Order: sequence, then C-alpha cells, then structure tokens
Amino acid sequence: MTTPRVAYALALGDDALVLAQRLGEWVARAPELEEDVALANIALDLLGQARTLLRYAGDLEGAGRDEDALAYWRDDRDFRNALLVELPNGDFAVTMARQLVFAAYQYELYDRLRASSDDTLAAVAGKAVKEVHYHRDHATQWVLRLGDGTDESRRRMVAGLATVWPYADELFQPDDATAALVADGVAVDPPTLREPWTSYVEGVLAEAGLELPEAAAPRSGGRRGLHTEHLGFLLAEMQHLHRSHPGATW
Amino acid sequence: MAGTEEREAAFYAIVDADGRIEPRDDMPEAYRKTLIRQIAQHAHSEIIGMQPEGNWISRAPSLRRKAILLAKVQDEAGHGLYLYAAAETLGVSRDQLLEQLHTRKQKYSSIFNYPTLTWADVGAIGWLVDGAAITNQVPLTRCSYGPYARAMVRICKEESFHQRQGFEALLTLTRGTPAQKAMAQDALDRWWYPSLAMFGPPDTGEQVSGGHTEQSMRWGIKRFSNDELRQRFVDMTVPQSEVLGLTIPDPDLRWNAERGHYDFTPPDYDELFRVIKGDGPCNAQRLAHRVAAHTDGAWVREAAAAYAAKRRAETEAA
Repeated sequence: MTTPRVAYALALGDDALVLAQRLGEWVARAPELEEDVALANIALDLLGQARTLLRYAGDLEGAGRDEDALAYWRDDRDFRNALLVELPNGDFAVTMARQLVFAAYQYELYDRLRASSDDTLAAVAGKAVKEVHYHRDHATQWVLRLGDGTDESRRRMVAGLATVWPYADELFQPDDATAALVADGVAVDPPTLREPWTSYVEGVLAEAGLELPEAAAPRSGGRRGLHTEHLGFLLAEMQHLHRSHPGATW
Repeated sequence: MAGTEEREAAFYAIVDADGRIEPRDDMPEAYRKTLIRQIAQHAHSEIIGMQPEGNWISRAPSLRRKAILLAKVQDEAGHGLYLYAAAETLGVSRDQLLEQLHTRKQKYSSIFNYPTLTWADVGAIGWLVDGAAITNQVPLTRCSYGPYARAMVRICKEESFHQRQGFEALLTLTRGTPAQKAMAQDALDRWWYPSLAMFGPPDTGEQVSGGHTEQSMRWGIKRFSNDELRQRFVDMTVPQSEVLGLTIPDPDLRWNAERGHYDFTPPDYDELFRVIKGDGPCNAQRLAHRVAAHTDGAWVREAAAAYAAKRRAETEAA
C-alpha cells in the first residue's frame, strides 16, 4: 500500500536514482580524467542512497517489491523524482548548475532528516549528508571556476543556470501528501529548506560574480508522476534489459 | 662526473641485483623511451577501456550490478591517472601523452577495439580481459622501474577484485535462465581469442614480435615471454570455464600431461596486427569518442586554468 511514508521514501530514492543515471552518462566523456573519477564517484554515492531508500520503500509497502522491482518495473507515471534530476546533462556547465542546485538542496534536506523520528530515514540521512557535503563542494568549486574562468565558460555557466533554474522551485514546494509525516517528525517540510538553500547558492553565485538567473515560470509535477518528455527515454534505456528477461536474476 | 660506461655499469648493477631504478637515477635513453611507451600504452588502455564497459552503465540489469560497474570504471580512470603520473616521472607530461594517443602515435590494448554487444560481455571482460591483464601485470610489480612497479601493486589488487566480480557475474548468468546462459556462452565465444591476443605476437615463427622482448628482459621490465604468459592464462582459465559450465571455442583445446599444460589453438595474429594498426571493429569509434571528450572539454580545462591563474595573481598581489 502506498502510504505517505512509502511515497516519501520513493521520492527521495527516485531523485537519487535518476540523477545517478544521468551522471553515469558522463563516464568516459568528462573534460578531464579527474572528472571521470569524480562524476562516477558522485553517481555511485547517489545510487547507494537510491538502493537503500527503494529497499526501505519496498519493505514498508509490504508487496514483495525489492529495489530492482521498484527501479525497473515502474513506468514514468509512477516515478516520483523532481523534474530537475531528469534534465539532460547538456554541457558541463548545465551539469554543474544542476549539481549545485540539487546537492545544496540535498545537503539541507539530509542535514535535517538526521533528526527524523523514523530510524531508517535518520540513518540514511546520517550517511548521505557526508557524501552530499562533498557533492556540494565539488559543484561549488566548478561553478566558481566556470563563472570566474574565461568569457566562454562564464557565458556557458550563465546559460546552464538559466536552463536549470525554473526546476529548482519544485524542490521546495509544500507537499500535502506528507503533511502528516512532517507533523510526526518523520519528514522534512520542503518549504523550510528554501531559505538555507537560497543563502548557500546565492553565496556561491556572488563569489563567482554571477547574477541570479531571471525569474522564469517554475516547473513542477515530478512528485505527482507528471514528468518532462526526457524521463521516458531515460527509463527505456535503464529498464530495457531487465524487462527483456522477466524473473531473471542478475 | 662519471663517464658513460661507468654510469651504464651502475644502472645494470641495480637491475641485475633486482633493485629499483628511481626517477633521479641514471638510465639508458632507450630504457627511458621504452618505459614511456609501455607505461603510456598501459595508461591509454585504462582510459580507452572505460568505453566498452561504460557502454553498459546506463543499461545494467540490476542496481547492484550498476553500482559494481560504476565502481569498476571509476577504478580504471584512477589506474589511468596513476600510470600517467608514473610516466611523468620519466620526463613527459600527461598532455603530451594524450596528444600521442589522440593522433594515433601511441597505442592502447587491442582488446578494447571489440564491441560489448550484450550484458554478458561486461562479465566476460571482467573474467577474461582483466584475467589476462593480471597475468601480464603481476610480474610488472617486480619491474625494475620503481614508480611503475609500485603503481602495478595497487592496480593489480583492484584488477583481481574486478576479475572475481566478472567471474561472479558470468556465474550468475550460467546458473540463470537458458537465455542468460546462452548470452554467457556467446560472450565467451567472442572474447576468447581477442583475450589470448592481448599477450601480443608469438615468441617464434614469422610473426615474432620485433625484438622488444629480449631487450626488455635484460632491463628487468619484462620477466616472461608473450607465449609463457599466454600459456599461464590458458592454464588458469580453462578450469574456471569448467566451473562456469561454458565451452571454450577451441576444438583442439586439451590437457597435455607430458607438458603439464593445456594445448590450444593460438589466436589469429593477422587479425591482431590489423586491429593494432587501427582496423578493428571499434578502433575509429573508440578514438573518436576519446577525442570528442577531450575537445568538448577544452573550454572547461581552459576555465580551470584561467581561474587558477586569477587566484594566484590575487595571492601574489596580497
């Protein structure tokens, strides 16, 4: 049964899974070998978070679905990730803009989720917050280098931020479905993350000499299974082999 | 200042005593050049080798396998980094070496010019290709050049872990559905001979390697001949194929009690030479992919350099 707690674990797990899939696409394509290592490393951390959260969602649901059943046998209308993480990688600046926005969000989220009254979520957050601290730092360093590097890199960084900016708002939208979880101290209320997130990201952009992107109509829907057109292709690729061999063990 | 002959004698005294030559030691120019070529080719192989496996990251059939594969490809990039660093102790830069790779002046292992057509190929690469690499590389942990030998100690540990993971992935397939088992056999059929060819040309006969072996042995860079290592690999791998329940695609493969080794049909060395010269199934694709990653990333590297220069200037002005 999809209880609010199942939905919450799925949403967090789907965010991590879909972003891990995107970062995995960079491997052997990065600008430097050090970045092949770093991006694979971040993807691996996120995949680890996704596996724990999906397993937990499956256990709570009690319908016998394990991490693979949840990753490979749900269609895009059943995925609960925020739209931001499914956006295509674009160039390195788009990827770093997406990383900064997301890692800064995830950091604030996990930092607070460590105090969750749900022991499993608190334990996941305790481990993940250390990883995400590194992810946020990695993105920060690159936004500074690109924003304050060459004219070309600055132009691309500005464009990258403009590409992802409309998708940041969804991360902080109030979620009626989890209101009870918030009241019970299980979940973190998304709007409470907005202020510390804004403070961090604006600080980075200021140091990089970048202005805040112009306001654009915020996009949302991911948490309700209403995705961009990108997710269907991502899942087709991710799920194809698993679905071609129903019941097989790998 | 010692004369050339004395310096050469000092070099050989270290090599003959199974000591280590270090970056600041005198060494014959030909030794330095051979090592640069060999270490660079080894580093390039790690980097190009990310592609055939990277091809399956997005499609790995379980999250556990996806995590294992991501970790493995990350290790390979790390191996490339150690090896470029080892080569740099000989007075070349990573940029120069990458340029040599991109312009086809330096080579990488022939094996990575074969395509990964199914998931089982990822397991076969772990089992066979990493297995062959370990057979080649374990003796290099005692090679006469210290930085290379030390890099190999670390690399071999990780490679042997990858090899076991590859074997285990294939074992899961051969214990699985008939389609999975067929997938594993098909992968072995396609990867067996390219893996045997990784050891290079034969020691004797028309296609003998160009005389590097003897010189490299004298220098303590190489300790066993291509055919010795190939035989060792076959002897190690055949029993593993039996555990997997897979058939090695060589009707003449059999145990020779007199020799205490398996007899086997050697790979097609004409094919090996064609692949090394650039005419294998994926040579053009692998190189184009590598060059594109480098070219597309140029603006990022330039930005990082410009940023670092600005920060340096600030520090100096302060």
